[in-house]
Amino acid sequence: MLNTFVVYVENKPGVLTRVASLFRRRAFNIDSLTVGRTEKPEVSRMTIVVDADRDQAARVEANLYKLVEVLFVENITGKTAISRDLAMIKVAATHEARSHVLELANVFRARVVDVAPESLTIEITGGEDKIDGLLEVLRPYGVLEMVRTGIVAMRRGPKSAESNITVPAGTPAVEPTAPDDNVSYSV
Amino acid sequence: MIKTGAQILWECLEQQGVTTVFGYPGGAILPAYDALKTSNIHHVLVRHEQGATHMADGYARASGRVGVAVATSGPGATNMVTGIATAMLDSSPIVCITGQVGSKLIGSDAFQETDITGVTLPITKHNYLVTHASQVAETISEAFYVASSGRPGPVLVDITKDAQQSTCEFDGRPITPHLPGYRPELAPTQAEYKEALELIHKAKRPVILAGHGIILSNAMQEVRDFAERNNIPVGLTLLGLGAFPASHPLSMGMMGMHGEAWLNTTIQEADLLIALGMRFDDRVTGNLKTYAPNAKKIHVEIDRAEINKNVKVDVALVGDLRAVLRELMPHVKSQDRHEWLSYIERLKGDSAVRDIQNLPDNGHLYAAHVINDLWRETLGSDTVIVTDVGQHQMWEAQYFKHEHPRTLITSGGLGTMGFAVPAAIGVKAARPEAEVWAIVGDGGFQMTMCELATMVQENLKVNIAIINNGYLGMVRQWQEFFYDRNYEATPLLSPNFVKLADAFGIRSVAVTQRSQVVPTVEMTRKHPGPVLIDFQVEQEDSVYPMVAAGAALHEMIRRPNPLEETAADA
Repeated sequence: MLNTFVVYVENKPGVLTRVASLFRRRAFNIDSLTVGRTEKPEVSRMTIVVDADRDQAARVEANLYKLVEVLFVENITGKTAISRDLAMIKVAATHEARSHVLELANVFRARVVDVAPESLTIEITGGEDKIDGLLEVLRPYGVLEMVRTGIVAMRRGPKSAESNITVPAGTPAVEPTAPDDNVSYSV
Repeated sequence: MIKTGAQILWECLEQQGVTTVFGYPGGAILPAYDALKTSNIHHVLVRHEQGATHMADGYARASGRVGVAVATSGPGATNMVTGIATAMLDSSPIVCITGQVGSKLIGSDAFQETDITGVTLPITKHNYLVTHASQVAETISEAFYVASSGRPGPVLVDITKDAQQSTCEFDGRPITPHLPGYRPELAPTQAEYKEALELIHKAKRPVILAGHGIILSNAMQEVRDFAERNNIPVGLTLLGLGAFPASHPLSMGMMGMHGEAWLNTTIQEADLLIALGMRFDDRVTGNLKTYAPNAKKIHVEIDRAEINKNVKVDVALVGDLRAVLRELMPHVKSQDRHEWLSYIERLKGDSAVRDIQNLPDNGHLYAAHVINDLWRETLGSDTVIVTDVGQHQMWEAQYFKHEHPRTLITSGGLGTMGFAVPAAIGVKAARPEAEVWAIVGDGGFQMTMCELATMVQENLKVNIAIINNGYLGMVRQWQEFFYDRNYEATPLLSPNFVKLADAFGIRSVAVTQRSQVVPTVEMTRKHPGPVLIDFQVEQEDSVYPMVAAGAALHEMIRRPNPLEETAADA
């Protein structure tokens, strides 16, 4: 199953290589990996999606913690979280097809970011399913080019992952999936 | 005071308590060597950089202190790779310092440039690239802290030539490492302790699996108290040998592929395994599907990434072994376990006859005889044995009884041939008062025998026992058992070792009869300098018992009946 990890790392040269090397070395399968800045300049944040069972996921977390520059790891799989993927899709849109494509983009609340005589480029942000859905309906018109960022994710509610950048509690025992008290409402 | 990066380097090493480093100079590390004259640190000139890393490793394992190896960029650094991987797999704290081309040249494929931090990334605990003098002090303090804390391991510090030459203000004050993401030690929860205690007290047939972590955590006494209080038999891993006295009534010797048959059987029949500082390596478990099928498992381990890696456990106590046992002990009840212990005693009687004492007395010299005689001769003295990898290593583990920790130094996880001679030099440098023996096969010896010159130049008395059977013996054994005796590429031509040693100025003698073993050992111990003994042993002897790769732990190949074997010999 797919597990989503939020990983805070020190913003130092070579950290991405260390993380990537760990996944290769331990033969864990990365589905997607994104990395970017956080509100603290010395800290970067990764969202890593890994295909792993529960035991493997626990070991992914433990192995990430073995990297000296990893500050905090949270497996947010099964917890209420927002996850977003961004895609840009260049779709063939001739004169006749153009209005159909625009309509579909509207339905998916996607934006047109580039128009050319023979094509439209559509930007969409959302969960992976939503993007897969738009892709599916655009395919008959001819998808010329496509790029996706991979998932970025964040837990819902007021708690900040940042507050956890201290010593992690306890042991690698797989946590029972407790009811999530960190509640908020989708807008 | 304004100092160069090179000066700061040696000063920081001194601050860390370093007195000896093992190294080999070259272009990119020359500024550091130039500054060596201002330092009290003793530099041992090795003959190959792999040797430097094994020496640092031997030094670390014998003393518990961090070992240091130095090399230049490019080939100097890449020659260290095998030694670094060896230290990584066996959790040995070493710091490797390499020169690097000038920071402006990095990425240009300059002369002797290698991306050594990239190369060693998966085989170091951590590594650093230092490009300015101002980073040297902080990096060295972090490197030593990371190498020696938590689960120890190798750290590489790559320092560019300009970082060694550039200057900065250095006041000589020790720097506290700042590593916000590094947490070397965790502690179990009270609930986990409670679960563990319940399993221990409920168990009828428990076994302790004692590993290297006991020695690293310095928990020998705690393990002994625990085993004695609850009457639990103790089996050891190869690297655990010495962590629990071999002469102790609860000691069951070594487990695993070439472990004691009675112990392997005991583990398979146990209802509780208590793993202390060991990692369920495939050499000790055999087939995981059939491993200790009826046993609950408690895993006490400092590295939480080891939990549930190979064997799924019921309770994990993640933390420093010594601290965990100290927390546990007040709650451990005294238990008798008479039935279980007397059952094991019966297993012991059977196996001892079949595998240990049953070598035919046919006038041939057997490696087991040599090692057992050496053990008897050195009994009670402060002796450290360093072994290489292969048959002789397993015979050493079987026939030399280790009472104390850090008296057997061997490459376990990586199984690095060529380890023994350089590692023994490192051991002797760390513990000059100890008697140091390198036991090594004729194959492994030839991999790093250049270090004999280092030994002589440093005037270190290391005794070398070559177990010479004319084959790459362990590979030959596998060919015998699993490849229809097709001895492809295993017969080994060796030089005249006595003459070779003579060329290095080392006293040497060849031994072919068992009757010569004890007198030769006596002579060697009395001789003030290093001695090399060429023990020409039975050529096609095999290590028994043996659990074939992938077989269940109790399915052991046993030593054939001695009468049949004698017939096969003829």
